[in-house]
Amino acid sequence: MAKPSRRQFLKIMGATGAALLAGKKAQANEGHKINNETIGMLYDATKCVGCKACMSACKRVNGDYGSLSYERAKFDTDGLWDAPQDLSGSTRTLIKLFKQSEQEWSYVKYSCMHCQKPSCVSVCPVAAMTRDPETGIVDYNKNTCIGCRYCQVACAFNIPKFQWEKAIPQIVKCDLCKNTNLPKKGISACAEVCPAGAIMFGKRKDLLEEAEKRLRENPGKYINHIYGAHEVGGTNHIYLASMQFNKLGLPTLKEEAPAEFSEKIQHTIYKGFIAPVALYSTLCFIAVKNMKGHGETEKEHETKTDKGGDH
Amino acid sequence: MGHDEYQKHEAKILTPSFIVLLTLTLIGFALILLRFVKGIGAVSNMSDGYPWGIWITYDVATGTAIACGGYAMAILVYIRNRMHYHPMIRSAILTSMFGYGLAGFSVMVDVGRPWNAYNFFVPSKWQANSAMFEVAVCVMAYTTVLIMEFLPAILTALEKTEWKTLQHLLDWVYSRLGMERPERIGDRLDKVKELAAWARPRLDKILIFIIVLGITLPTMHQSSLGSLLLIASTKLHPLWHTGFLPLLFLINCMYIGYSIAILESVLSCYAFKRPFETKELSGLARIIPWLTVIWLTVVIGDLAWRGQLGKAVSFDFYSRFFLLEFCLIACGSLLLFSKRRRESIRWLFVSAALIVLGGALYRFNVYLIGFNPGKGWHYFPALAEVMITVGIVAFEILGYQVLVKILPVLPKLHTREQHAAAAATDATTPHHTAGQKA
Repeated sequence: MAKPSRRQFLKIMGATGAALLAGKKAQANEGHKINNETIGMLYDATKCVGCKACMSACKRVNGDYGSLSYERAKFDTDGLWDAPQDLSGSTRTLIKLFKQSEQEWSYVKYSCMHCQKPSCVSVCPVAAMTRDPETGIVDYNKNTCIGCRYCQVACAFNIPKFQWEKAIPQIVKCDLCKNTNLPKKGISACAEVCPAGAIMFGKRKDLLEEAEKRLRENPGKYINHIYGAHEVGGTNHIYLASMQFNKLGLPTLKEEAPAEFSEKIQHTIYKGFIAPVALYSTLCFIAVKNMKGHGETEKEHETKTDKGGDH
Repeated sequence: MGHDEYQKHEAKILTPSFIVLLTLTLIGFALILLRFVKGIGAVSNMSDGYPWGIWITYDVATGTAIACGGYAMAILVYIRNRMHYHPMIRSAILTSMFGYGLAGFSVMVDVGRPWNAYNFFVPSKWQANSAMFEVAVCVMAYTTVLIMEFLPAILTALEKTEWKTLQHLLDWVYSRLGMERPERIGDRLDKVKELAAWARPRLDKILIFIIVLGITLPTMHQSSLGSLLLIASTKLHPLWHTGFLPLLFLINCMYIGYSIAILESVLSCYAFKRPFETKELSGLARIIPWLTVIWLTVVIGDLAWRGQLGKAVSFDFYSRFFLLEFCLIACGSLLLFSKRRRESIRWLFVSAALIVLGGALYRFNVYLIGFNPGKGWHYFPALAEVMITVGIVAFEILGYQVLVKILPVLPKLHTREQHAAAAATDATTPHHTAGQKA
C-alpha cells in the first residue's frame, strides 16, 4: 500500500510545480491596457521652487476629510508648522530637496502615483483599495479596510501610510482630491495653488504630450525620460526632472506591473477553483479507500493477531 | 482505529511551569490591551517601511508552519495510509488547533481595523486577486476544521465524565445557600452526556471528509503564504523573490510539520515522564530528508535559472542569512539519512530542531530579513512587541499542558507498544524497546 500512495503524493507535489511553471510561461496573456483618458498630474521638478504651497493646500483642503483630522492648532489650518519628514498618517503630499553638490540639486514631490495597474488594489483582501476605471483615481475606503497593511508591503513607491499612533487608525494616501477640491473646482488642490506651474493637472494623454513637448523643446535640460510613462505598467502621476530619478527617491522599476506577475501565478493555481476541488476529491477518494482497507485489516488483526504488520 | 487509543495524562495541573507560563501570558495580554488603547505604534517598532513585523512573521507566517504537525500527520495517516501513526495524531491536532487559533488571534491584534473583518463574509467585498484574502478565508476555515477534528476528544471526555468537580461545587454552593439542590441540574448534566454519546458516532461517520478538508486547506493557504510576497518584487531580495515562493512554502511547511511532530513528542514525553516513541519517530524521520532534498533542489535550481547563485555566495548580509538557512536544513537532513541516528532520540531531536530552525529562518528571511523597502528604513522588534508574541506562545503551551491533562489526547501506553511493533516491521528495522517502561 505504501508505494503507490507515496507516488500519488509526489504527483500532487509535481502538479503544483507544473502549475507554477505554466504560470511563468503563460506571460503576456492578460496584459492590461493603459487608459490615457484617465486623469493625473505631471510634476516638473525643474519648475518647482520648493515653496511647499502644495503641501499646505493639501492639508487645508483634505485635513478634515475621511476623519483624517489630527491634532492641530486652531490658527494653523494649513499645517505649516507640521514640518513632516516624510509622507505619513497625516501627510498626503510632500516636497523634498535632494542636493548632490552646489550645482546639482532638485526638489521632488511625493504623492500617490495612481498606477494604471495598482499593486495596492490587487492585494487588498477586502477591496478597500479601488481604482476608478473612469478617472483612474486609486481611492481608499476606511469603512471596508481591516488595517492589514498589505497595500504598504505591496506598493513599490511606499505611498500608503498608516496611522501608527492612533487607536482607530486608517491608511492615508492621495486621492487626487476626489471628494474635496476636484468636484468643486475640477482640479487637485496642489495643482491649483502651485505658483510656479510645476504641477500640471489633466488627462494622461495631455500630460504625456506636454512632457514630450518639453523634452523636445529643451534638449539637455532634462533627463531624457518621463518617469511613470511605462514604470510598473504606467502611472497617472508622471515626472520630469534634471536629476536621475533614483537619486530623487523614485525607484528604478520594470515595465511589468508587479501585480501582473503575482496575479498570473495566483490565477493559474486557482483558475475556476478547479485545482482545489480536484485536490479535495482526489484526497477524499484515497482517504476513504485507505479507511476501508484499514477496517478490513483491523478485523483480520482481531482474529489473527500475528499478521498485524500488513497495513 | 478507535477513540480508545488515547488517554488523559494523569497529573497535577498547577505545576511551576504553569505559573511561569501564566505570568508570561498575563504580561502579553496586558500589552495587547495597551495596543488597543494607545495604537499599534505604542507597543511596536513597525513603520510605514516595515508594515509587517514579528507578529505577522512569527505568529502567522512561521507559527502556522510550526502548527502544521496536524497537517503533516494527517497526510501520513490518511493519505499515505500509515494507520499505526494514528495514536500520535490527536496531540498533533491539538497543537495545530492552538497554533492556528492563536495565529488568527495575532492577526486580530496586528490589523488596525479588526472590526471591519466581517467584510471577509460579504461577497461583494471578496477580492480573489489577493493572496491575503485566500489565506484569511482558508485559515478561518481550517481553524474550524481543526476544532471539529478535535471534537471527538471533547465528546469522549463528556461521555465519560462524572462531573465530579462540578457536583462538588454545586453541593458546596447549595449547602452555603442553605437550599436543597434541585434534581433537574443532574438531569441536565445527564442530557449533555447523552447528547455527546449521540453526536460522537455520527461525527465519526463524516469525520474523514472533514479530515481531508483539513489536508486540502493547509495545502492552499500554506502555498498562499508564499504568494503573499510575490507582489513585493522590488522589496524582497532576489535570493528569495521567485515565482516558486508558493511551492517552496508548501514543501517547507511539510518538513517543518514532521520535524515539529518529532520535537513535540520528544518534549512532551520528557516533560510528562512517558516512554519515548522512538519507533514512530524514526519512521517519521525517514520522510523528512526526501522533502528537504526536493526543497533544496528547487531552491538551487531556481537560483541557477534566475542567475542569482553568485549572490548566494557573496557573503554579504543577505547571503549570510541565506547560507545559514540553507545549512541548517541541509545539516539536519543529512543527519537523518543515517539509520543509526534515526533510531537515537538525541539525534532525532537535534536534527528535527535544526530543520525547524532552518525552515523557520526561511520564513523570517522572506518576510523580514530579505525585505528591504528602501533607504532609511530599519526594523527591529520592540520589547513590548516581543512580549506580546511571547505571551501568545506561552498561552499556547499552557493550553496544551492543561488540555492533555483533562482530555484523552496522548497515545494510550499499551496500544502504543503494539503500534510501535507495527512501525518496526514497517521500517524493517530490528525492534528494540529502549526507553519504554514495561
